Amino acid sequence: MTSPTLTKKQTSLSSVSFGRKAKDRTVQALVYLAFLLALIPLVSVLWTVVKNGAGRFDGVFFGHSMNGVAGKDAGGGAYHAILGTLEQVLITTAIAVPIAVLTAVYLVEYGAGGRLARVISFFVDVMTGIPSIVAGLFVLALWLLALGFSFSGFAGALALTILMIPTVVRATEEMLKLVPNDLREASYALGVPRWRTICFVVLPTALPGIITGIMLAVARVMGETAPLLLTIFVTKAINTNPFAEPQASLPTFIWDQAADPNQNSIDRAWAGALVLILIIMLLNLAARFVARRFKATGR
Amino acid sequence: MSSETGVETAAGARHRATGRRMSTGRAGDKIFVSAARGSGILVLAIMAAIAIFLVWKAVPALQDNDANFLTSEDWNPNATPPKFGIAQLAFGTVVSSLLALIIATPVAIGIALFIAFYSPRRLASPLGYVVDLLAAVPSIVYGLWGLLLLAGNMEGVSKFLNTVLGWIPLFGGDSPGRNSIFTASVVLAIMILPIISSLSREVFVQVPRANVEAALALGATRWETIRMAVLPYGRSGMIGASMLGLGRAMGETIAVAMVLTFVPGINVHILEDGGSTFAANIAKSFGEASTTGRGALIASGLVLFVITLIVNMAARAVVARRKEFV
Amino acid sequence: MAKRIEVSGLHAYYGGVHAIEDISMTVEPRSVTAFIGPSGCGKSTFLRTLNRMHEVIPGARVQGKVMLDDEDLYASSVDPVAVRRVVGMVFQRPNPFPTMSIYDNVAAGLKLNGVRRKSRLDEIVEESLQGANLWNEVKDRLTKPGAGLSGGQQQRLCIARAIAVQPQVLLMDEPCSALDPISTLAIEDLIAKLKSQYTIVIVTHNMQQAARVSDRTAFFNIAGTGQPGRLIEIDDTSKIFTNPEQKATEDYITGRFG
Repeated sequence: MTSPTLTKKQTSLSSVSFGRKAKDRTVQALVYLAFLLALIPLVSVLWTVVKNGAGRFDGVFFGHSMNGVAGKDAGGGAYHAILGTLEQVLITTAIAVPIAVLTAVYLVEYGAGGRLARVISFFVDVMTGIPSIVAGLFVLALWLLALGFSFSGFAGALALTILMIPTVVRATEEMLKLVPNDLREASYALGVPRWRTICFVVLPTALPGIITGIMLAVARVMGETAPLLLTIFVTKAINTNPFAEPQASLPTFIWDQAADPNQNSIDRAWAGALVLILIIMLLNLAARFVARRFKATGR
Repeated sequence: MSSETGVETAAGARHRATGRRMSTGRAGDKIFVSAARGSGILVLAIMAAIAIFLVWKAVPALQDNDANFLTSEDWNPNATPPKFGIAQLAFGTVVSSLLALIIATPVAIGIALFIAFYSPRRLASPLGYVVDLLAAVPSIVYGLWGLLLLAGNMEGVSKFLNTVLGWIPLFGGDSPGRNSIFTASVVLAIMILPIISSLSREVFVQVPRANVEAALALGATRWETIRMAVLPYGRSGMIGASMLGLGRAMGETIAVAMVLTFVPGINVHILEDGGSTFAANIAKSFGEASTTGRGALIASGLVLFVITLIVNMAARAVVARRKEFV
Repeated sequence: MAKRIEVSGLHAYYGGVHAIEDISMTVEPRSVTAFIGPSGCGKSTFLRTLNRMHEVIPGARVQGKVMLDDEDLYASSVDPVAVRRVVGMVFQRPNPFPTMSIYDNVAAGLKLNGVRRKSRLDEIVEESLQGANLWNEVKDRLTKPGAGLSGGQQQRLCIARAIAVQPQVLLMDEPCSALDPISTLAIEDLIAKLKSQYTIVIVTHNMQQAARVSDRTAFFNIAGTGQPGRLIEIDDTSKIFTNPEQKATEDYITGRFG
């Protein structure tokens, strides 16, 4: 049975057996289908958000808070939430970036291969997998319950910091590894101390890549809702002080509005989602732009 | 491999350099290395603090608990005496994330294969970016979309599955609905799709060209080449990727919390409304939680933390084993 | 089962780069033809056009005719997958499938072609390993990974894998360049043995090797950097190495350049 098939095939170059060809084509079709399948939710999500969010994407929305606005009322806006999100993310970045960049510097420049570096590197991986709600619970347990501070934007920023650190560490690490060693050695050969070499030669070389990583990390934490619910709580009013009293944020604003069955609330939730997605997509685009420029100058 | 050893030798050389400079007493170097090492240690301290403080704040609530924490299906920590257990949450978390994994993995690997081997080469990186966009959409937006758009469309699907597969207990029940664990699983599947697919793609790209050419030269079709040279090579990478996806799905909070309608008690009919997960329960119950209530939520969060930790570490171990193998 | 290859007017490109230009030659069945020439002269590229492996590189394409007896490999009705089944290839670096056992490596091509019966597989695997002079060394550890063998053994394993599907032509792309002298000798012995059954084409950097193993030798050269590779001459090996027609060939084999 097998021998004739072998000899038969030797005489024909035109095609492999029908069964094999059919299988090859079937897999090809399935693989294309898988990709199209992934496009459906992406297009649907973006389209729904734009379509439903456009209705309330107006001046009132950007200029007003929800203070004194009930769920069934029209009007009201996300000013307090946008303000809160910006403050929280700014504080998060200010805390997380130095820690993360220094950790990456330690891992790549000082610790390489050492035991402490391996342990840190392992736990950075573990940290990447922490569910965001657990980060929120931690800040709740430490900052609010154990130390007795109140809900505040700052508490939210602390929770976001935990989520931001590992992403920035990994991104910075990758970039530092890309810096050619010749550059470091050239600097040492000039008698430049090690810390100055890192600060003024290595880090600037890797800077565009690190900035890309930071922007992507900012975009990621900006959309986090769960940890904020436990740390900044909810408010309808404008609170410009991130260090005291509950503060709003865009994600918790959407959560709050979506929980109200009134159509006016739902419309505000969609508008909030549109604003959030726009900011995140802009950050992503900008990050890619920076990355591409880095590549172009690197060559 | 070679690059790693390259880094090591270079690091050795740099260590010698530091040693010399430190011994000449350069304050700048000392301060800088302390700051760098301190930051690294801070990361370790944060991880330790998370475990310590969660345990510390969970214990009092657990001591007050009048029900069995592991087996009870109730969640009434604000009552007197407080009664709460994680049975229902554990069931919902495990079932929804496993189902999400089953839905997402084949599609994600298909996407990875498409981008790595089927799409025109010039389009590979833009197409990868399109899939990554799925990861950029925040979970609150998936929640909103899942609640207001997908759930409505899922009703028909659920009814269909119930009619056709109703004899399987999981798909059984009398009233398939829209805010079910099944709907939550579909949302979760979409959310973990990009992570599984981008990690799998990374593995596929690393398959040595020589292996691929060996298969082609034997007269293998594209699919046979993939089956012979690519999939066996990338197997542990794909397993690791799906496990990381599983960890992500288990910890996902807001999208699940928005999609699910809370109905007390374990319901194995996952097409019916109801169900809850660790994370969703925390987000939903926090608003009206008393002191014991907060402690109870922290206790359930601790369980979630431990589970995701184990899943993630196992995933890393699987991926690391592949690296040794190569 | 060996077939004659007749190439006429063949050009190959990588994207916009013209890699080889206007090559015509005949490769006789049941003989060994060696391709020699300096690095970058296109001899490996040309070899890969003979089983349509050239085109698996993105942007690569081929123009011209390659006749295998009376069939054109580049005719529109021809499936490249079927071509590679008939024209086997051995690569510069041994590339056994790392996840497969020795047995599965040899059986890989057979399984693709629908040979499923265990007894039949056993038979062909043994025959092929015998044919590759490897059987005695591995018969007790057929289930062990192929990657555990020495470099020379791995290369013979790859040859066994290639001949297991009974191709009509065997292409070898510098098969000994990654091997030690003893393994090289083993492969050369094997080539001498295989030529009674196959049409063999071997690319080599080593002129002594070409002189030792081949019946015919083709010399390739480039006019300069960025220029396409060209066939300078092809003739009986003894003639090429003693009294070549072209001055460039003589310069190359006497070591005056390259």
